[in-house]
Amino acid sequence: MTATTTSVPATTTSGSQHSLGPLRSLSRAMYLGFVRDRPALFFSLLMPILFLLLFGSIYKSSSAPRLTVVEVGQVSLLNQAQTAAPGQLGKVLKVTHSTDLAAALESVRKGTNDAVVQQLGHTVVVHYSIADQTAAGIVQAVFSSIVQQADAVAAGSKAAYQLTTQQVEDKSLKPIQYLAPGLLGWAIASGGAFGASITLVSWRQNKLLRRLRLAPINVGTVVLARVGVSLGVAIVQLAAFLAIATLPYFGLKLSASWWMAIPVVICGTLAFMAIGLLVGSFAKTQQAATAVANAIILPMAFLGGAFIPLDYAPAWIRDVSYAMPLRYLVVGMQNVMARGEGPASALPAIGILLGLAAVLTVISVRVFRWDAV
Amino acid sequence: MVTRVAATISVQNLRKSYGSMVAVAGVSFEVEQGEFFGILGPNGAGKTTTLEMLEGLRKPDDGQLTVLGLPPWPRNPALLPRIGVQLQSTSFFERLTAREQIRTFASLYGISTRRADEMLGVVGLDDQAEKKAEQLSGGQSQRLSIACALVHDPELVFMDEPTGALDPQARRNLWDLLRQINADGRTVVLTTHHMDEAETLCDRVAIMDHGEILQLGAPAALVRELDTPVRISIESGQLTAASAQALSPVAEVGDDGVSLTIATRDPATVLAGLADHRALAGLRVQGANLEDVFLTLTGREYRA
Repeated sequence: MTATTTSVPATTTSGSQHSLGPLRSLSRAMYLGFVRDRPALFFSLLMPILFLLLFGSIYKSSSAPRLTVVEVGQVSLLNQAQTAAPGQLGKVLKVTHSTDLAAALESVRKGTNDAVVQQLGHTVVVHYSIADQTAAGIVQAVFSSIVQQADAVAAGSKAAYQLTTQQVEDKSLKPIQYLAPGLLGWAIASGGAFGASITLVSWRQNKLLRRLRLAPINVGTVVLARVGVSLGVAIVQLAAFLAIATLPYFGLKLSASWWMAIPVVICGTLAFMAIGLLVGSFAKTQQAATAVANAIILPMAFLGGAFIPLDYAPAWIRDVSYAMPLRYLVVGMQNVMARGEGPASALPAIGILLGLAAVLTVISVRVFRWDAV
Repeated sequence: MVTRVAATISVQNLRKSYGSMVAVAGVSFEVEQGEFFGILGPNGAGKTTTLEMLEGLRKPDDGQLTVLGLPPWPRNPALLPRIGVQLQSTSFFERLTAREQIRTFASLYGISTRRADEMLGVVGLDDQAEKKAEQLSGGQSQRLSIACALVHDPELVFMDEPTGALDPQARRNLWDLLRQINADGRTVVLTTHHMDEAETLCDRVAIMDHGEILQLGAPAALVRELDTPVRISIESGQLTAASAQALSPVAEVGDDGVSLTIATRDPATVLAGLADHRALAGLRVQGANLEDVFLTLTGREYRA
């Protein structure tokens, strides 16, 4: 962003112009302007957090589905398993009893229950529907496991009942592991782009930009103050997201090099501020700047892996995502925060985001206008 | 004549065009130190563009221009602390209180917060210091904006239509402040389209239209040059139009049923005659004012 200073002719300046005074007071003015702006606070801090709470809760329950199983008649094996490891089986299965096989089967067909289990002598019969393949898979895995353990006991082995329910679901990221970086990436992208574009346009409109130009300070000081405040906001967003996502209720486990998310967030903020700067250089009114920034950020949130995890996205979205700056911010954070990859895994994302910031800033400086006329 | 150093502002043949639109078409004038100088003109006359070139915000296409002996373009940080600019619209940081605004501006010039707080008192905003700029009345926010322009104690102050949208009380209150600023020894350059304002405040005015200066001089001198008849009016019914005409054969006489009006270049004779007739009820004597000069020069047709 320092390239902005080139828009002003090189001048000899007295020592006081580089003092901390103007930078500190401008930063303070922008900070106060931000925290007193309730709508801005809501949209940049509270709303992403509400989204995290909302989606975190929704996907949390659907991620560990408890299967409902109807026990028709007596299934002694099931009862044995329940008494041998009380509570364990209950985490996976919710067992109800019935004597009406036909009605129980109908409930599986309708999807009200996931499976019907009967015991005919030494044979355990599991009825399931493949309409829900995940449920079907878990049902089969759980019951074959119960039967195998029972066999082992019958054969005289000492093995106690053990259900390893994790095996079925742990291959992919848990929802919180993609939700937290995704929503945070979106929040940071919006904060950066809106912060820069709205500031530029409104200051040009109310002529504050011109007033600052008439003060004996460097343009760099103004830009630096704005960037500093935005970075501060982004770091607060990161801290708030981490604090919430790592609550036991949501259960995000930070991997070792999570701290690399900090430089990723900083570079992401710079990149999206540069996007905002470019928008603000062209937009004439705040409404126009808001509309254009929205038109850029919102589709990017869907196509760049912020709202839809790329692991589960259709192939075309995954292809398109490489063109979305937001992808690098989200994936960069995901790699170091959730996937447990090393610190170096964030470097490509950092490089791309910084490169984008540099290129867009150079363009913005060229099209920059002090005045609306 | 006393020899002197360069004028505070010296403008020679200044020109500026936007594309094919000529905004300023060769303007020359000088402003002396300590002078209160007004630039008058209808909308689009080129006042604001002229002012912006003086402030160093726009590059002149042609002509010589020095402010405090220095060229204002390109942006000259050595000049900036010596000039104060109050902008046409009030330009503040969003959601900051009056005190926070002026302290922020003060810090840009390396001025202490103590001096900033004092300045708030000078413009009479002590009681409003904790109010946000958005909540100030028109007059209050205009005074805050003047305080912000003066906080670094500039030698030269530019004001672009400072009393634009104010009510009469607020305008008069602001005039007192502007007079005081000038009396403190600062040179003030102001644009306005309020003729009464220019007439009461300015030592000299330049009347601009279509990018050119049409007249330049002290308001009273300009009015005198205009040489218009004095309008004397009294309540109707005291004197017939014919008797009035008899007082001054060359005067224009009219009676609209409310007032009898006599426009004359010889007011002494007419007034003496009216006194003789004991016909002085509701007497009003109106000379020409700067507005007449302005309208004579720029025409009366309405321009958006």
